[in-house]
Amino acid sequence: MLCIRLPARHMVAILTAFALTTGTCQPLRAAVDAPMVKIENFAFTPHELTVKPGTRVIFRNDDDIPHLVVANDSSFRSKALDTGDTYEFTFTKAGDFAYFCGLHPHMQGKITVAP
Amino acid sequence: MTHHHDEDSGRDGISRRHALECMIWAGTGVLWTISGGIPVSLNLLGAAQAAEAMASGFTFLQISDSHIGFDKAANPHAIDTLKEAMGKIQALPQKPAFMIHTGDITHLSKPAQFDNAAQIIDGAGFDVHYVPGEHDLIDDGNGKAYLDRYGKGTRGAGWYSFDQNGVHFVALVNVVNLKAGGLGNLGPEQLAWLADDLKAVSASTPIVVFAHIPLWAVYPEWGWGTDDAAQALALLKRFGSVTVLNGHIHQIMQKVEGNVTFHTARSTAFPQPAPGTAASPGPMTVPAGQLRGLLGTSSVNVKQGGKDLAIIDSTLA
Repeated sequence: MLCIRLPARHMVAILTAFALTTGTCQPLRAAVDAPMVKIENFAFTPHELTVKPGTRVIFRNDDDIPHLVVANDSSFRSKALDTGDTYEFTFTKAGDFAYFCGLHPHMQGKITVAP
Repeated sequence: MTHHHDEDSGRDGISRRHALECMIWAGTGVLWTISGGIPVSLNLLGAAQAAEAMASGFTFLQISDSHIGFDKAANPHAIDTLKEAMGKIQALPQKPAFMIHTGDITHLSKPAQFDNAAQIIDGAGFDVHYVPGEHDLIDDGNGKAYLDRYGKGTRGAGWYSFDQNGVHFVALVNVVNLKAGGLGNLGPEQLAWLADDLKAVSASTPIVVFAHIPLWAVYPEWGWGTDDAAQALALLKRFGSVTVLNGHIHQIMQKVEGNVTFHTARSTAFPQPAPGTAASPGPMTVPAGQLRGLLGTSSVNVKQGGKDLAIIDSTLA
């Protein structure tokens, strides 16, 4: 975004101050470390995952067949994910979120959100 | 219990397939004749009897799981194998009266995939009666693309019935409103419609039911069954001859239970493993030379005045 050329040490100081004052480092770190649920062999792996509130979870389909991630309580629903497609959802509320594949409903998983 | 049935049906499928491979006149489908209230598969008849059955009745053809748009290792050219299947059907010496497609017309419900499928299948000039597979309802409108194209004159998610030459055909949809942990689903609205639809049909009328996911528990561990199928089958109990035709599992399975004969057809796109023989269901990659021997269609013959249907499964090899 910033197109002004600054000496590197000035840049570091500015970014550090920005992060300390606004806390925007948090989502940036989450993007890098976001936990992944892989969909392969008609199963969600890991089958159960525990995350902290505010965590973005990425679901990735590694099968040669489309899958679709749907929460049992309808709180989230992906589009059909073709091979290699991903779906992201940020879990803000604490609780257990069971989900299944909307195309192959015998495929089930659970995200536990706990502080 | 279920497992036991699966193994039985698996053995039936293999022995039946082997028997049919020995029949010179068999093309590439499943053929049924109706006679005496108990469906008898044609491989139990001599070739001459079978030929006679074909000559005096009418034949319809089942095609399934064309998965147009699929391009993965198990078959990078699913569109070509569908063209081959339609070419074989057009070359049959006795033309089928019509066709049924038991779902998964497309792989991802995309407009171009529906267009390509329609061009190839409908372009052959036969009347085609469709039911959707789960792959046909994953457009952004959750099935609008399918219903816009094939839903005319249907109820609910696309179910309907029709009569042809004294046979009552029922097209069911068991791929919508699927529940967590469940299998295929018909739902109360469709079951109520079915009960009403069958009211006016006499018990001696042969019934052919078709839907995408098998209406019997082929292998629930892989989702190969329908949760509320028993309620539909209860409504069909009073009929002397019931034939249930499904797709979804991309291989031939057959089971006879009382007055009901269940049969699944091959895909024209890619094979799937036999139940329990792999980590999961899904496209199975086989050596290139073997693919067409695992793809195919089914031809169903209804003999006038008789009650047995004869099914002939044929491969693309």
